[in-house]
Amino acid sequence: MGISLSNISKSYKKVKAVQDISFDVNPGELFGLIGPDGAGKTTIFRILTTLLIPDKGTATVAGFDVVKDFKAIRKAVGYMPGRFSLYQDLTVEENLTFFATIFGTTIEENYDLIEDIYVQIEPFKDRRAGKLSGGMKQKLALSCALIHKPTVLFLDEPTTGVDPVSRKEFWEMLKRLQKKGITILVSTPYMDEAALCDRIALIQDGEILEIDTPEAIVSQFPKTIYNVGADNMYKLIQSLQQYEHVYSVFPFGEFVHYTDKRDSFEMADLQSYLEKEGLTAIHIESTKANIEDAFMELAR
Amino acid sequence: MKEENVIEVNQLTKTFGDFTAVNTISFEVKKGEIFGFLGANGAGKTTAMKMLIGISKPCSGEATVAGFDVYSQPESIKKNIGYMSQKFALYDDLTVKENITFFGGIYGLPRKKIREKREHLISELGLENISNKLVGSLPLGWKQKLSFSVSLLHDPKIVFLDEPTGGVDPITRRQFWEMIYKAADQGTTIFVTTHYMDEAEYCDRVSIMVEGKIEALDTPKKLKEQFKVDSMNDVFLKLARIPSPTLPKGKGENADCN
Repeated sequence: MGISLSNISKSYKKVKAVQDISFDVNPGELFGLIGPDGAGKTTIFRILTTLLIPDKGTATVAGFDVVKDFKAIRKAVGYMPGRFSLYQDLTVEENLTFFATIFGTTIEENYDLIEDIYVQIEPFKDRRAGKLSGGMKQKLALSCALIHKPTVLFLDEPTTGVDPVSRKEFWEMLKRLQKKGITILVSTPYMDEAALCDRIALIQDGEILEIDTPEAIVSQFPKTIYNVGADNMYKLIQSLQQYEHVYSVFPFGEFVHYTDKRDSFEMADLQSYLEKEGLTAIHIESTKANIEDAFMELAR
Repeated sequence: MKEENVIEVNQLTKTFGDFTAVNTISFEVKKGEIFGFLGANGAGKTTAMKMLIGISKPCSGEATVAGFDVYSQPESIKKNIGYMSQKFALYDDLTVKENITFFGGIYGLPRKKIREKREHLISELGLENISNKLVGSLPLGWKQKLSFSVSLLHDPKIVFLDEPTGGVDPITRRQFWEMIYKAADQGTTIFVTTHYMDEAEYCDRVSIMVEGKIEALDTPKKLKEQFKVDSMNDVFLKLARIPSPTLPKGKGENADCN
């Protein structure tokens, strides 16, 4: 009774937005669609929320077919689109009342579900939605998506452009909603948020690269990664890219993630090569792969 | 060595009615430096940046950018800086070539120079096969790389990048940073805002704004030492407290000091 997609494809004229996508989200699961802009995440959301009809394939949400049973799905799900879609000219409270009313309920009836989110904006309930800050709009949109007590919640890039503090806070809210039994499908371009999901699908150019738990995806990374540091980042990247045994070079925070073509990597050899290149304060050590490493390897 | 500073900011302040968006901030940015300008949403970054690029007048304090005064010489500032953000980048319904030509013209470059720059830029980015395609049809990552190159067309002393990599795939995001390193290596000063904390580590120095004030400013390494944490993400989480639910008063409602 979660979500199920089977061989879903959708094109816009010549552009193939998603191609032959299949995955299942279990009831009560927090499932992440992880991929950059243009990967096809929003198309998947629009198909599952019955706003778009797929060209091919079938999908069900909470047991209902996305084409045949679209009315039942619309009653059963909450959807927070990527773009702020509430009424800017209505106040905070008017927006919430509006959404409660069209779903045949009241704010009071389901208040417990939204309480810990809504209390943060309640002091401003008489303010027009258009005058709220980004973080507050996000909280109001989430409250409106929850007010009819949906069984499945769709969140399309809720944290894009949001600072790390507010992002952390938002994910804590999602975890609390999950505990209340709501199935959640969430998309994000921030790879670090993948680790917060039960399972994830890595998606790029309309195709799924991998589906698994974040831990399993990371553990399947085929190579050993080395953290390499030196005094001059730009020169270090250039030197590593020209090293004869290089497989990949990606800046990662204060270090560069380096992988080698050979089966047996020789640290001393790389060290002396970098010294010859004129770099100083050289630092090389093996490190663990993260989701971003895995994504980049799969997207190669 | 005062002439080495390309940005000098002293006690800069901007208020809207009784709301202080930017509160007496002071800092300098050196030539060729990659300067990260961080802060939570609503901390005042955009307001501060608008003053520095000459499109919003400060209420008090001083600032010079590329040697020009933000009060009296905003037009000179605009000619000597590059600017790129995700929101305003290139024209989707012009081709790659047309965009380059258009922005070259806006910056007042002579035709011959525009042609040279255009050929160079297209070959450097490997866009030969799509130079006559509409920019709107390009993947986001390519657009952003092209947009950055266009912001450097007139060889500005400083380029301001406002969340340049939001939503870009991880490989392109790194290629973009290699372009930033290259520009900085050639002496261009980079002033960049981002919500990716790994990118904060790529900066030479980082400032963190909290509720209108600069609460920390140093190299990423020293900031991590100072706050006794392992990553810039943790520095940020320690500093940029979860904002209390005070509303930024709608900018239209409260009077600008000017």
